[in-house]
Amino acid sequence: MDAPELENIEVDLFVQALQRRHGYDFSQYAPASLKRRVQLLTEQLECKTISGLIERVMHEQQLLPRLLEGLTVPASDMFRDPTMFRALRETALPMLASYPQINIWQAGCAHGQEVYSLAILLEEAGLYERSQIFATDLSERALQQAQEGIYPAREAQQWSRNYQASGGNRSLADYYSARYNLIKLDQRLRRHVTFARHNLVADGVFCEAHLILCRNVLIYFSNPLQSRVLSLFSESLVRGGFLCLGLRESLDYAPSSHDFAVFDEAQRIYRLTNPPERQHP
Amino acid sequence: MSLPAAIAIGCSAGGVDALKTVIGGLDPRLQQTILVCCHSSSDTVDLLCEVLRRVSAIPVIEATERHSVRSGVVQLAPTGYHLLVESDQHFALSIDPRVNYARPSIDVLFSSAAEVWQATLIGVVLTGGNADGAAGLKRIRQLGGVAIVQSPAEAEVGTMPQAALDIAGADYCVSLSDIAPLLNRLCLA
Repeated sequence: MDAPELENIEVDLFVQALQRRHGYDFSQYAPASLKRRVQLLTEQLECKTISGLIERVMHEQQLLPRLLEGLTVPASDMFRDPTMFRALRETALPMLASYPQINIWQAGCAHGQEVYSLAILLEEAGLYERSQIFATDLSERALQQAQEGIYPAREAQQWSRNYQASGGNRSLADYYSARYNLIKLDQRLRRHVTFARHNLVADGVFCEAHLILCRNVLIYFSNPLQSRVLSLFSESLVRGGFLCLGLRESLDYAPSSHDFAVFDEAQRIYRLTNPPERQHP
Repeated sequence: MSLPAAIAIGCSAGGVDALKTVIGGLDPRLQQTILVCCHSSSDTVDLLCEVLRRVSAIPVIEATERHSVRSGVVQLAPTGYHLLVESDQHFALSIDPRVNYARPSIDVLFSSAAEVWQATLIGVVLTGGNADGAAGLKRIRQLGGVAIVQSPAEAEVGTMPQAALDIAGADYCVSLSDIAPLLNRLCLA
Protein backbone atom coordinates (compact mmCIF):
# COMPACT_ATOMS: atom_id res chain seq x y z
CA MET A 1 0.00 0.00 0.00
CA ASP A 2 1.44 3.40 -0.95
CA ALA A 3 1.79 6.41 1.34
CA PRO A 4 -1.16 8.47 0.02
CA GLU A 5 -3.46 5.47 0.43
CA LEU A 6 -2.30 4.99 4.02
CA GLU A 7 -2.92 8.66 4.73
CA ASN A 8 -6.39 8.47 3.20
CA ILE A 9 -7.24 5.71 5.66
CA GLU A 10 -5.86 7.82 8.51
CA VAL A 11 -7.92 10.84 7.42
CA ASP A 12 -11.06 8.65 7.36
CA LEU A 13 -10.27 7.38 10.85
CA PHE A 14 -9.63 10.93 12.04
CA VAL A 15 -13.02 12.02 10.72
CA GLN A 16 -14.67 9.07 12.45
CA ALA A 17 -12.87 9.79 15.69
CA LEU A 18 -13.91 13.43 15.64
CA GLN A 19 -17.51 12.49 14.95
CA ARG A 20 -17.85 9.73 17.53
CA ARG A 21 -15.77 11.43 20.21
CA HIS A 22 -16.97 15.02 19.79
CA GLY A 23 -20.05 14.90 17.54
CA TYR A 24 -18.65 16.97 14.66
CA ASP A 25 -19.20 15.50 11.21
CA PHE A 26 -16.64 16.37 8.55
CA SER A 27 -17.43 13.41 6.33
CA GLN A 28 -19.13 15.64 3.76
CA TYR A 29 -16.21 18.06 3.42
CA ALA A 30 -14.37 18.09 0.07
CA PRO A 31 -11.59 15.52 0.61
CA ALA A 32 -8.53 17.21 -0.92
CA SER A 33 -8.69 20.38 1.20
CA LEU A 34 -9.72 18.45 4.30
CA LYS A 35 -6.68 16.23 3.93
CA ARG A 36 -4.39 19.24 3.62
CA ARG A 37 -5.89 20.77 6.75
CA VAL A 38 -5.54 17.54 8.71
CA GLN A 39 -1.92 17.26 7.56
CA LEU A 40 -1.28 20.84 8.61
CA LEU A 41 -2.83 20.27 12.05
CA THR A 42 -0.68 17.16 12.42
CA GLU A 43 2.41 19.27 11.79
CA GLN A 44 1.35 22.23 13.92
CA LEU A 45 0.43 20.03 16.87
CA GLU A 46 3.75 18.24 16.44
CA CYS A 47 2.31 14.80 15.89
CA LYS A 48 4.40 12.35 13.86
CA THR A 49 1.43 10.96 11.94
CA ILE A 50 -2.28 11.57 11.53
CA SER A 51 -2.74 8.48 13.69
CA GLY A 52 -0.83 10.35 16.40
CA LEU A 53 -3.28 13.21 16.02
CA ILE A 54 -6.18 10.78 16.37
CA GLU A 55 -4.87 9.69 19.77
CA ARG A 56 -5.00 13.31 20.90
CA VAL A 57 -8.49 13.75 19.43
CA MET A 58 -9.60 10.84 21.58
CA HIS A 59 -7.88 11.76 24.84
CA GLU A 60 -7.45 15.55 24.99
CA GLN A 61 -10.84 17.16 25.40
CA GLN A 62 -9.32 20.66 25.55
CA LEU A 63 -7.86 20.26 22.07
CA LEU A 64 -11.28 20.43 20.38
CA PRO A 65 -11.46 24.23 19.81
CA ARG A 66 -8.01 24.16 18.22
CA LEU A 67 -9.03 21.27 15.95
CA LEU A 68 -12.23 22.96 14.82
CA GLU A 69 -10.37 26.16 14.06
CA GLY A 70 -7.73 24.32 12.05
CA LEU A 71 -10.30 22.35 10.10
CA THR A 72 -12.62 25.20 9.21
CA VAL A 73 -11.12 28.68 9.24
CA PRO A 74 -9.88 29.98 5.89
CA ALA A 75 -7.90 33.14 5.24
CA SER A 76 -9.96 36.22 4.46
CA ASP A 77 -9.67 39.93 3.82
CA MET A 78 -11.77 43.01 4.38
CA PHE A 79 -13.72 43.85 1.22
CA ARG A 80 -12.29 40.79 -0.53
CA ASP A 81 -13.64 40.98 -4.10
CA PRO A 82 -14.39 44.72 -4.02
CA THR A 83 -16.61 44.43 -7.10
CA MET A 84 -19.02 42.26 -5.11
CA PHE A 85 -19.18 44.82 -2.30
CA ARG A 86 -19.70 47.54 -4.87
CA ALA A 87 -22.64 45.62 -6.33
CA LEU A 88 -24.09 45.18 -2.84
CA ARG A 89 -23.64 48.87 -2.12
CA GLU A 90 -25.08 50.08 -5.41
CA THR A 91 -27.81 47.60 -6.28
CA ALA A 92 -28.77 45.23 -3.47
CA LEU A 93 -28.74 47.55 -0.46
CA PRO A 94 -31.03 50.16 -2.10
CA MET A 95 -33.55 47.37 -2.63
CA LEU A 96 -33.19 46.13 0.93
CA ALA A 97 -33.75 49.68 2.14
CA SER A 98 -37.50 49.21 1.72
CA TYR A 99 -37.62 46.81 4.69
CA PRO A 100 -38.19 48.40 8.10
CA GLN A 101 -35.77 45.91 9.65
CA ILE A 102 -32.95 44.22 7.71
CA ASN A 103 -31.67 40.88 8.96
CA ILE A 104 -28.38 39.70 7.58
CA TRP A 105 -26.84 36.31 8.15
CA GLN A 106 -23.13 36.01 7.63
CA ALA A 107 -22.72 32.23 7.56
CA GLY A 108 -19.18 31.06 8.24
CA CYS A 109 -17.81 34.43 9.38
CA ALA A 110 -14.33 33.07 10.24
CA HIS A 111 -12.25 35.88 11.74
CA GLY A 112 -14.85 38.50 10.95
CA GLN A 113 -13.21 40.56 8.21
CA GLU A 114 -16.36 40.45 6.14
CA VAL A 115 -18.62 41.21 9.11
CA TYR A 116 -16.87 44.53 9.65
CA SER A 117 -16.85 45.22 5.91
CA LEU A 118 -20.59 44.69 5.85
CA ALA A 119 -21.16 46.88 8.90
CA ILE A 120 -19.21 49.68 7.21
CA LEU A 121 -21.25 49.26 4.04
CA LEU A 122 -24.52 49.50 5.99
CA GLU A 123 -23.27 52.44 8.02
CA GLU A 124 -22.38 54.35 4.86
CA ALA A 125 -25.71 53.47 3.26
CA GLY A 126 -27.49 54.91 6.31
CA LEU A 127 -29.12 51.53 6.98
CA TYR A 128 -27.15 50.26 9.91
CA GLU A 129 -29.51 51.50 12.64
CA ARG A 130 -32.22 49.19 11.36
CA SER A 131 -29.97 46.30 10.49
CA GLN A 132 -29.06 43.25 12.48
CA ILE A 133 -26.11 41.08 11.46
CA PHE A 134 -26.01 37.49 12.68
CA ALA A 135 -22.42 36.33 12.28
CA THR A 136 -22.07 32.60 12.77
CA ASP A 137 -19.25 30.13 12.65
CA LEU A 138 -18.56 26.58 13.74
CA SER A 139 -15.34 27.59 15.48
CA GLU A 140 -15.52 29.16 18.93
CA ARG A 141 -11.99 30.48 18.55
CA ALA A 142 -12.77 32.11 15.21
CA LEU A 143 -15.80 33.81 16.77
CA GLN A 144 -13.69 35.15 19.63
CA GLN A 145 -11.21 36.64 17.18
CA ALA A 146 -14.01 38.04 15.06
CA GLN A 147 -15.44 39.81 18.11
CA GLU A 148 -12.08 41.31 18.98
CA GLY A 149 -11.62 42.63 15.44
CA ILE A 150 -7.83 42.74 15.70
CA TYR A 151 -5.77 42.07 12.61
CA PRO A 152 -2.16 42.42 11.47
CA ALA A 153 -1.40 45.98 10.35
CA ARG A 154 0.38 44.68 7.26
CA GLU A 155 -3.07 43.88 5.83
CA ALA A 156 -4.31 47.45 6.17
CA GLN A 157 -2.89 48.76 2.91
CA GLN A 158 -4.50 46.11 0.73
CA TRP A 159 -7.76 46.33 2.66
CA SER A 160 -7.82 50.11 2.19
CA ARG A 161 -7.41 49.63 -1.54
CA ASN A 162 -10.20 47.05 -1.50
CA TYR A 163 -12.43 49.45 0.44
CA GLN A 164 -11.83 52.24 -2.07
CA ALA A 165 -12.46 49.88 -4.98
CA SER A 166 -15.75 48.85 -3.37
CA GLY A 167 -16.94 52.44 -3.73
CA GLY A 168 -16.10 53.66 -0.23
CA ASN A 169 -15.44 57.38 -0.23
CA ARG A 170 -13.95 57.76 3.20
CA SER A 171 -10.72 56.26 4.42
CA LEU A 172 -10.73 52.76 5.88
CA ALA A 173 -8.46 54.19 8.59
CA ASP A 174 -11.51 56.08 9.90
CA TYR A 175 -12.78 52.70 11.07
CA TYR A 176 -9.77 51.32 12.89
CA SER A 177 -7.06 52.34 15.28
CA ALA A 178 -3.49 51.17 14.73
CA ARG A 179 -1.09 50.25 17.46
CA TYR A 180 2.31 48.60 17.03
CA ASN A 181 1.79 46.09 14.24
CA LEU A 182 -1.91 45.59 14.78
CA ILE A 183 -5.13 47.32 13.81
CA LYS A 184 -8.34 47.14 15.82
CA LEU A 185 -11.68 47.75 14.16
CA ASP A 186 -13.94 50.35 15.77
CA GLN A 187 -16.03 48.35 18.20
CA ARG A 188 -19.02 50.60 17.53
CA LEU A 189 -19.27 48.69 14.26
CA ARG A 190 -20.30 45.70 16.36
CA ARG A 191 -23.33 47.34 17.92
CA HIS A 192 -25.76 45.49 15.65
CA VAL A 193 -23.79 42.28 15.30
CA THR A 194 -24.67 39.09 17.13
CA PHE A 195 -21.94 36.47 17.07
CA ALA A 196 -23.11 32.90 17.52
CA ARG A 197 -22.00 29.34 17.02
CA HIS A 198 -23.74 27.55 14.17
CA ASN A 199 -22.72 24.43 12.28
CA LEU A 200 -23.93 24.43 8.67
CA VAL A 201 -23.49 20.64 8.56
CA ALA A 202 -25.87 19.89 11.40
CA ASP A 203 -27.84 22.94 12.53
CA GLY A 204 -31.08 24.28 11.11
CA VAL A 205 -32.61 27.60 10.19
CA PHE A 206 -30.99 30.37 12.17
CA CYS A 207 -33.12 33.43 11.50
CA GLU A 208 -35.40 35.02 8.92
CA ALA A 209 -32.91 36.78 6.72
CA HIS A 210 -33.12 39.41 3.99
CA LEU A 211 -29.53 38.89 2.96
CA ILE A 212 -27.19 35.94 3.47
CA LEU A 213 -23.46 36.14 2.83
CA CYS A 214 -21.72 32.81 2.64
CA ARG A 215 -18.66 33.41 0.56
CA ASN A 216 -16.04 30.76 -0.05
CA VAL A 217 -17.50 28.48 2.60
CA LEU A 218 -19.35 26.02 0.37
CA ILE A 219 -16.18 25.48 -1.71
CA TYR A 220 -15.06 23.22 1.14
CA PHE A 221 -18.21 21.09 0.97
CA SER A 222 -19.08 18.07 -1.17
CA ASN A 223 -21.93 18.44 -3.69
CA PRO A 224 -24.64 16.94 -1.42
CA LEU A 225 -23.64 19.12 1.52
CA GLN A 226 -23.47 22.21 -0.69
CA SER A 227 -27.00 21.49 -1.84
CA ARG A 228 -28.22 20.87 1.70
CA VAL A 229 -26.85 24.20 2.90
CA LEU A 230 -28.41 26.04 -0.05
CA SER A 231 -31.77 24.53 0.99
CA LEU A 232 -31.14 25.83 4.48
CA PHE A 233 -30.55 29.27 3.00
CA SER A 234 -33.74 29.18 0.96
CA GLU A 235 -35.66 28.21 4.11
CA SER A 236 -34.07 31.14 5.94
CA LEU A 237 -34.50 33.88 3.36
CA VAL A 238 -37.58 35.98 2.80
CA ARG A 239 -38.98 35.83 -0.73
CA GLY A 240 -36.73 38.02 -2.87
CA GLY A 241 -33.98 37.85 -0.26
CA PHE A 242 -30.38 38.00 -1.45
CA LEU A 243 -27.67 35.37 -1.32
CA CYS A 244 -24.00 36.21 -1.95
CA LEU A 245 -21.51 33.46 -2.71
CA GLY A 246 -17.80 33.59 -3.57
CA LEU A 247 -16.88 34.72 -7.06
CA ARG A 248 -15.58 31.32 -8.17
CA GLU A 249 -18.32 29.16 -6.68
CA SER A 250 -20.24 26.86 -8.96
CA LEU A 251 -23.88 25.85 -8.49
CA ASP A 252 -23.84 23.44 -11.41
CA TYR A 253 -24.17 20.39 -9.16
CA ALA A 254 -26.61 21.78 -6.59
CA PRO A 255 -30.25 20.89 -7.36
CA SER A 256 -31.45 23.19 -4.59
CA SER A 257 -29.95 26.19 -6.40
CA HIS A 258 -33.13 26.15 -8.52
CA ASP A 259 -34.85 28.03 -5.70
CA PHE A 260 -32.68 31.00 -6.66
CA ALA A 261 -32.52 33.35 -9.63
CA VAL A 262 -29.35 35.04 -10.75
CA PHE A 263 -29.29 38.70 -9.73
CA ASP A 264 -25.70 39.46 -10.69
CA GLU A 265 -23.91 36.56 -12.35
CA ALA A 266 -20.36 37.91 -12.21
CA GLN A 267 -20.66 38.88 -8.54
CA ARG A 268 -22.47 35.62 -7.64
CA ILE A 269 -25.45 37.42 -6.14
CA TYR A 270 -28.73 35.49 -6.20
CA ARG A 271 -32.32 36.11 -5.08
CA LEU A 272 -34.74 33.62 -3.64
CA THR A 273 -37.56 33.27 -6.14
CA ASN A 274 -39.10 29.91 -5.19
CA PRO A 275 -39.34 29.78 -1.42
CA PRO A 276 -39.81 26.21 -0.20
CA GLU A 277 -42.77 25.20 1.97
CA ARG A 278 -41.90 26.62 5.34
CA GLN A 279 -41.20 23.94 7.93
CA HIS A 280 -41.19 26.44 10.74
CA PRO A 281 -43.74 29.00 11.90
CA MET B 1 5.75 3.01 -18.78
CA SER B 2 2.12 3.86 -19.48
CA LEU B 3 1.35 7.06 -21.33
CA PRO B 4 1.12 10.15 -19.10
CA ALA B 5 -2.43 11.16 -18.19
CA ALA B 6 -1.79 14.70 -17.02
CA ILE B 7 0.70 17.55 -17.08
CA ALA B 8 0.91 20.12 -14.28
CA ILE B 9 2.86 23.30 -14.97
CA GLY B 10 3.94 25.92 -12.42
CA CYS B 11 5.55 29.31 -12.93
CA SER B 12 5.86 32.76 -11.38
CA ALA B 13 7.90 35.81 -12.39
CA GLY B 14 8.43 35.71 -16.16
CA GLY B 15 5.84 32.98 -16.39
CA VAL B 16 3.54 34.48 -19.02
CA ASP B 17 6.16 34.47 -21.77
CA ALA B 18 7.41 31.05 -20.73
CA LEU B 19 3.86 29.68 -20.78
CA LYS B 20 3.30 31.11 -24.26
CA THR B 21 6.32 29.17 -25.47
CA VAL B 22 5.35 25.92 -23.75
CA ILE B 23 1.58 25.94 -24.35
CA GLY B 24 2.06 27.35 -27.84
CA GLY B 25 4.34 24.45 -28.70
CA LEU B 26 2.02 21.66 -27.61
CA ASP B 27 0.74 19.26 -30.23
CA PRO B 28 -3.04 19.61 -30.78
CA ARG B 29 -3.32 15.81 -30.71
CA LEU B 30 -2.43 15.69 -27.00
CA GLN B 31 -5.12 13.90 -24.99
CA GLN B 32 -3.62 14.72 -21.60
CA THR B 33 -5.16 16.92 -18.95
CA ILE B 34 -3.03 20.07 -18.70
CA LEU B 35 -3.11 22.13 -15.50
CA VAL B 36 -1.40 25.47 -15.01
CA CYS B 37 -0.65 27.42 -11.84
CA CYS B 38 0.84 30.84 -12.54
CA HIS B 39 1.42 33.40 -9.76
CA SER B 40 0.15 36.74 -10.88
CA SER B 41 -0.65 40.17 -9.53
CA SER B 42 -3.79 40.61 -11.61
CA ASP B 43 -7.27 40.10 -10.17
CA THR B 44 -8.23 37.26 -12.51
CA VAL B 45 -6.66 34.89 -15.01
CA ASP B 46 -8.97 36.09 -17.81
CA LEU B 47 -6.18 37.96 -19.54
CA LEU B 48 -3.71 35.09 -19.22
CA CYS B 49 -6.30 32.71 -20.69
CA GLU B 50 -6.79 35.12 -23.58
CA VAL B 51 -3.06 35.49 -24.21
CA LEU B 52 -2.56 31.73 -24.20
CA ARG B 53 -5.56 31.11 -26.45
CA ARG B 54 -3.91 33.18 -29.14
CA VAL B 55 -0.87 30.92 -29.27
CA SER B 56 -2.37 27.56 -28.31
CA ALA B 57 -3.64 24.82 -30.58
CA ILE B 58 -5.36 23.35 -27.51
CA PRO B 59 -8.39 24.97 -25.81
CA VAL B 60 -7.50 27.11 -22.76
CA ILE B 61 -9.98 27.68 -19.91
CA GLU B 62 -10.07 28.65 -16.26
CA ALA B 63 -10.63 25.64 -13.98
CA THR B 64 -14.11 25.61 -12.39
CA GLU B 65 -14.72 24.09 -8.98
CA ARG B 66 -16.72 20.82 -8.92
CA HIS B 67 -16.31 20.34 -12.67
CA SER B 68 -14.47 17.31 -14.04
CA VAL B 69 -10.93 17.82 -15.22
CA ARG B 70 -10.88 17.66 -18.99
CA SER B 71 -8.41 15.92 -21.23
CA GLY B 72 -6.95 17.77 -24.18
CA VAL B 73 -7.67 21.09 -22.49
CA VAL B 74 -5.38 23.57 -20.71
CA GLN B 75 -6.97 24.52 -17.38
CA LEU B 76 -5.66 27.43 -15.30
CA ALA B 77 -5.92 27.95 -11.55
CA PRO B 78 -8.08 31.02 -10.79
CA THR B 79 -6.29 33.94 -9.15
CA GLY B 80 -6.67 34.07 -5.38
CA TYR B 81 -7.59 30.41 -4.88
CA HIS B 82 -5.62 27.23 -4.41
CA LEU B 83 -6.56 24.71 -7.08
CA LEU B 84 -6.79 21.07 -6.04
CA VAL B 85 -7.84 17.90 -7.83
CA GLU B 86 -10.03 15.40 -6.00
CA SER B 87 -9.37 11.68 -6.37
CA ASP B 88 -12.51 11.38 -8.56
CA GLN B 89 -10.85 13.91 -10.90
CA HIS B 90 -12.99 16.92 -10.09
CA PHE B 91 -11.59 20.34 -9.32
CA ALA B 92 -11.78 21.90 -5.88
CA LEU B 93 -10.80 25.40 -4.75
CA SER B 94 -9.68 26.69 -1.38
CA ILE B 95 -8.85 30.04 0.17
CA ASP B 96 -6.64 28.54 2.85
CA PRO B 97 -3.65 30.70 3.73
CA ARG B 98 -0.98 31.35 1.15
CA VAL B 99 1.68 28.70 0.71
CA ASN B 100 5.14 30.08 -0.11
CA TYR B 101 3.48 33.52 -0.14
CA ALA B 102 1.34 32.33 -3.04
CA ARG B 103 -2.30 31.55 -3.70
CA PRO B 104 -2.71 29.71 -5.99
CA SER B 105 0.29 27.73 -4.84
CA ILE B 106 2.10 25.38 -7.20
CA ASP B 107 2.92 23.06 -4.30
CA VAL B 108 -0.78 22.68 -3.48
CA LEU B 109 -1.70 21.86 -7.09
CA PHE B 110 1.25 19.53 -7.63
CA SER B 111 0.70 17.62 -4.37
CA SER B 112 -2.97 16.93 -5.00
CA ALA B 113 -2.38 16.10 -8.68
CA ALA B 114 0.46 13.76 -7.70
CA GLU B 115 -1.89 11.72 -5.54
CA VAL B 116 -4.48 11.50 -8.28
CA TRP B 117 -2.24 10.59 -11.21
CA GLN B 118 0.85 9.23 -9.46
CA ALA B 119 3.18 7.72 -12.10
CA THR B 120 1.15 9.13 -14.99
CA LEU B 121 1.72 12.77 -14.03
CA ILE B 122 4.36 15.06 -15.49
CA GLY B 123 5.30 18.09 -13.38
CA VAL B 124 6.91 21.10 -15.04
CA VAL B 125 8.59 23.98 -13.17
CA LEU B 126 9.36 27.11 -15.17
CA THR B 127 10.80 30.54 -14.41
CA GLY B 128 10.00 32.20 -11.07
CA GLY B 129 11.34 34.18 -8.16
CA ASN B 130 10.56 31.92 -5.20
CA ALA B 131 10.68 28.28 -4.14
CA ASP B 132 7.03 27.38 -4.71
CA GLY B 133 6.69 24.17 -6.69
CA ALA B 134 9.82 22.49 -5.34
CA ALA B 135 8.08 20.50 -2.60
CA GLY B 136 5.24 19.64 -4.96
CA LEU B 137 7.64 18.44 -7.63
CA LYS B 138 9.36 16.29 -5.01
CA ARG B 139 5.98 14.76 -4.18
CA ILE B 140 5.35 14.06 -7.87
CA ARG B 141 8.67 12.21 -8.13
CA GLN B 142 8.06 10.29 -4.88
CA LEU B 143 4.85 8.96 -6.36
CA GLY B 144 6.52 7.90 -9.57
CA GLY B 145 5.75 10.90 -11.79
CA VAL B 146 8.12 12.64 -14.16
CA ALA B 147 9.78 15.99 -13.36
CA ILE B 148 10.78 18.54 -15.97
CA VAL B 149 12.57 21.71 -14.89
CA GLN B 150 13.47 24.65 -17.04
CA SER B 151 17.21 25.17 -17.04
CA PRO B 152 17.75 27.87 -14.35
CA ALA B 153 20.61 29.46 -16.23
CA GLU B 154 18.39 30.48 -19.13
CA ALA B 155 15.15 31.08 -17.19
CA GLU B 156 14.04 34.69 -16.97
CA VAL B 157 14.22 34.24 -13.17
CA GLY B 158 16.17 31.17 -12.13
CA THR B 159 15.22 30.93 -8.44
CA MET B 160 12.20 28.69 -8.84
CA PRO B 161 13.69 26.12 -11.20
CA GLN B 162 16.88 26.09 -9.13
CA ALA B 163 14.91 25.43 -5.94
CA ALA B 164 13.08 22.63 -7.74
CA LEU B 165 16.40 21.07 -8.79
CA ASP B 166 17.84 21.42 -5.28
CA ILE B 167 14.85 19.97 -3.47
CA ALA B 168 13.24 17.60 -5.95
CA GLY B 169 15.79 17.00 -8.67
CA ALA B 170 14.55 16.42 -12.18
CA ASP B 171 14.25 13.76 -14.83
CA TYR B 172 14.80 16.40 -17.47
CA CYS B 173 16.42 19.82 -17.06
CA VAL B 174 16.09 21.52 -20.43
CA SER B 175 15.87 24.93 -22.04
CA LEU B 176 12.49 26.58 -22.47
CA SER B 177 12.27 25.94 -26.20
CA ASP B 178 12.84 22.21 -25.64
CA ILE B 179 10.03 21.72 -23.12
CA ALA B 180 7.05 21.55 -25.50
CA PRO B 181 8.81 19.14 -27.92
CA LEU B 182 9.75 16.99 -24.91
CA LEU B 183 6.17 16.98 -23.63
CA ASN B 184 4.87 16.10 -27.10
CA ARG B 185 7.33 13.23 -27.33
CA LEU B 186 6.49 11.87 -23.86
CA CYS B 187 2.75 12.24 -24.34
CA LEU B 188 2.32 10.98 -27.89
CA ALA B 189 4.78 8.10 -27.64
